[in-house]
Amino acid sequence: MAARSQMALSLGFHIIFSCIGMVMPFFMAVSHFLWLRTGNPVYQNITKAWSKGVAIFFATGAVSGTVLSFELGLLWPTFMKHAGPIFGMPFSLEGTAFFIEAIALGFFLYGWNRFNRWFHWFTGVVVGISGLLSGILVVAANAWMNSPAGFDLVDGKYTNIDPIKAMFNPAWFSQALHMSVAAFAATGFAVAGVHALMVMRKQNVNFHLRAFKIAAIFGVIAAILQPLSGDISAKMVAKRQPAKLAAMEAHFETKPYSPLIIGGIPDVKNKKVDYAIELPGMLSFMVYDDFKTPVKGLDQIPEKDQPPIAVTHYAFQLMVALGMLMMGLGILYLIAIWKKKSWFNKRWFLKLFVWATPIGFIAVEAGWTVTEVGRQPWIIQGVMRTADAVTPMPGIGYSFYLFTAVYFTLSIAVIFLLYRQIKMVPEIYDNTNPVSK
Amino acid sequence: MIYVVIIFLWVALLLYLVMGGADFGAGIIEMFTSNKNKSRTRRIMYNAIGPIWEANHMWLIIAIVILFVGFPVIYATMSTYLHIPLTVMLMGIIARGTALTFRNYDAVHDHMQKIYNKIFVYSSFVTPLFLGIIAGSAVSGRVDPQATNFMDAYIYSWLNWFSVAIGFFTVALCGFLAAIYLIGEANDDIERKSFIRKARLMNIAAVIAGSVVFIASVKENIPLVQWVFGNVIGIAAVSAATISLILLWYLISKGKRFIIRVLAGFQMTMILLTTTYKHYPNIIILKNGGHLSLIEDQGAEKAIQSLGIALLVGSVFILPALFYLVWSFQQKPDQVDSDMHGH
Repeated sequence: MAARSQMALSLGFHIIFSCIGMVMPFFMAVSHFLWLRTGNPVYQNITKAWSKGVAIFFATGAVSGTVLSFELGLLWPTFMKHAGPIFGMPFSLEGTAFFIEAIALGFFLYGWNRFNRWFHWFTGVVVGISGLLSGILVVAANAWMNSPAGFDLVDGKYTNIDPIKAMFNPAWFSQALHMSVAAFAATGFAVAGVHALMVMRKQNVNFHLRAFKIAAIFGVIAAILQPLSGDISAKMVAKRQPAKLAAMEAHFETKPYSPLIIGGIPDVKNKKVDYAIELPGMLSFMVYDDFKTPVKGLDQIPEKDQPPIAVTHYAFQLMVALGMLMMGLGILYLIAIWKKKSWFNKRWFLKLFVWATPIGFIAVEAGWTVTEVGRQPWIIQGVMRTADAVTPMPGIGYSFYLFTAVYFTLSIAVIFLLYRQIKMVPEIYDNTNPVSK
Repeated sequence: MIYVVIIFLWVALLLYLVMGGADFGAGIIEMFTSNKNKSRTRRIMYNAIGPIWEANHMWLIIAIVILFVGFPVIYATMSTYLHIPLTVMLMGIIARGTALTFRNYDAVHDHMQKIYNKIFVYSSFVTPLFLGIIAGSAVSGRVDPQATNFMDAYIYSWLNWFSVAIGFFTVALCGFLAAIYLIGEANDDIERKSFIRKARLMNIAAVIAGSVVFIASVKENIPLVQWVFGNVIGIAAVSAATISLILLWYLISKGKRFIIRVLAGFQMTMILLTTTYKHYPNIIILKNGGHLSLIEDQGAEKAIQSLGIALLVGSVFILPALFYLVWSFQQKPDQVDSDMHGH
């Protein structure tokens, strides 16, 4: 249990650090591009300010990633002994992508005024692309745990290993798409929210408003596209992991016209959901594109193969609710661009985005909970149980406390640093706008 | 293909020892620098390693990925029985990486800098210490999968004189590498002299720690003398390292900056060669006399195949870019800082 908590914690932090680290370079590249095209120094300053953020998140993402590559073995040696060679392909490629990202970042951060301007810009783009690639590769490895492929299990032995097939397992595309879009949405909203707050405080309005717009448009587009990728993901889950889908929906009973259950409190003992809104046939429709086909419920899954239902259900509902909220905000934003330019000066409009700062990441964490808790009791869906994979070493509880303390400190330090970066904006990046309070 | 993978593993370890080692060493040097010179040392160091320090640490990740994809049994054994030193090393890596980044990217320069520096310096010491302990434990024959109690399985697997001595030897080597590297980065004669002094100190420390390793090996009944001097390659490598060391000190006085770096790197190569050659292909020696071998305990053939291809393709992309990065910042060392600390 402690091992699982430690892994969840490490991944929970890593996911935030690395999402920001892989998406922010794209914001940076856009603002850099605008600077090169328009020559407006505000854009150069935004680029520089963001590049500091990227450097901070890249470093924390890199160390937390290094830690994870060890933790896989430290906590799940049995899993890695068998799974390592099978799903190692994306990891070895990820190593390459990450290496390239580190090199490109070296060029970018230290390359101002040293290289051809467009070469310098290009290194920034490479940072973003290789970061995104490593994200996709890591998610592909996770997808393999959900839909194992590329090997045969004969008498407890893993034979006939095909790493390429394992990497391009059936779920890789849907999961990678969903995660990448989520990273853009979450980071877009988070960065936009911080800048919106500064605009509201009337500090360096020109600087922060432009930064807000660049970040927001990424977040908005991603948030509007996300339900589509969610639908693709859900269909894949229904096919490969019916137990997970059933737990997500708290769908106890297999019957035609399976209802879509929204909200509610799952009552596992009596196999029903209280206080929920039920839309008859909708679940069948979403999974099979017709209202009648029954969706496999928890009644058809042996109890020992069921994931924790309440946690999975709540996490899924939370993710969907926040996703919808972000989509709504996104539509509002598009209206502001096309019809109501004046909204950008309105407090209520900015306030909405300030409030929305954390919701993308809450949704990401909730989604991560769905996919990981929903796979339990398996570590490799249908192949290996989590309990059989854990390290034999006693006392993992202490290691969990240690890592908790470390990650907690690390997060506080990162927030502290970002706070100081933002506080120093008037002095470092934008002294054209005097501070007016 | 298995040999391609093994060569990559070895080269990744070597590069981590040399590049990452110099990087750790910079922190160790800082530890032994008097307070009034600290900020200057720090600035030179930052100029020198700043652009490539992220890349330095990728070698460790590459080595780990090779281990768990290609040699899962070895990876699983190490991470089970050397769990504790690995965790300490990880803590060191986290603390060090973040402290270095934080001290460079904290927009406000105040007392927090002192805290970052402290963390950076201590973790620069602890990380290579435990890296050495892990390496020493792999060959010390104390890893015991049949152990029945906690202490034998998880503590004495790494806590013995031999492993700890190797840990300190690694620390001294890192300090030595960094000092040699920094000699070439010094801006004036005083700085140069100070780094030469540091290099000499670290050299002496390494010799002492190295002797302690041999003494400890006798005490722990590890046939190290026989491993090193019992074969031609071992003797040749040790001699080559010694000769190059003498040459190195001669050339330092002549002020050659490039050649002394190459020589220091050459010495590390020889040290790693001596320590790995005799065991090859064994990588972990177990308490019961058995061993885990890169050949006998390799993973599935297809996994090795695709890993080898991935490594080859990857290096086509990585190596030229990395060389260009190092090269371009070697060309114009003066301007590096103008932007980073321009405010």
